[in-house]
Amino acid sequence: MGTLKKIQNNCHKATFLIEKKLIGKITLREKIELKIHLFGCGICRTYQKQTVKISQMVRQLFSDSANSEKQLDDTFKKDMQHRIEDELDKN
Amino acid sequence: MITKTLQLEPRNWVASHADYLYAYAIARINDEEQAKDLVQETFLAALQKVDKFEGKSSERTWLTAILKYKIIDVYRKKSSGLIVNADVQRAEQEQSDFFEPEYGHWTKENAPMSFGIDDHDPLINKEFNSILQKCMQKLPALWLSIFTMKHMDDQSTDIICSELKVTQANFWVIIHRTKLNLRACLQKNWI
Repeated sequence: MGTLKKIQNNCHKATFLIEKKLIGKITLREKIELKIHLFGCGICRTYQKQTVKISQMVRQLFSDSANSEKQLDDTFKKDMQHRIEDELDKN
Repeated sequence: MITKTLQLEPRNWVASHADYLYAYAIARINDEEQAKDLVQETFLAALQKVDKFEGKSSERTWLTAILKYKIIDVYRKKSSGLIVNADVQRAEQEQSDFFEPEYGHWTKENAPMSFGIDDHDPLINKEFNSILQKCMQKLPALWLSIFTMKHMDDQSTDIICSELKVTQANFWVIIHRTKLNLRACLQKNWI
């Protein structure tokens, strides 16, 4: 099987390159290989669209939870306050 | 010593920063009890380091940095040990038939197909988030740790690799595998 055929068929490698490109860098050669692959592979084009969206959603989910209204209960806070003051008064 | 302590006000830490730190921790480890403990440990550790505070960053930034270090410690503990091998193996097993062994083409049963994700506006889809969370919880601890550090804090690959002791090559393999499982899980569970 020729090199080109190998590139065209290798979805495992193509999806790897898609992921690497998404958050890092790939080489020029890898870019070309990926382009050739995606040109002929609709499944990986679907994969690419979906994985980009999944990354966006994950980031969104994380930032939502970071801004959540989750609060500590008062008893726990009071205990912590005491512990801190005890520590400070030791010195 | 006196001028330095003036910049930090440990007696106000709970009132000023406890809820913030708690939300920060819970977003990253998804376990309320453990998040509580981490906040407490952060304050106690910070008290020991008060005289090392240089006033270069705000009190909150300084406390958050201490907490961050503790969170990475949790990741590290979760992703080392015997149970870990089993959960990585299980996750790898899940994707073992995604691609044809010979040339790496998608297998018919596992090829990505269009599903709700393609036409919905995901940013407003609440239901989606719960599926996404469930799928993330199924990931091996090491994978989830790496994935979280990368997507939540945009931590550099070098730092993640050195903190969690994985090679660069392994890092990319894990990112790839994580996404493959996550995407498949979403397609399978999308309502």
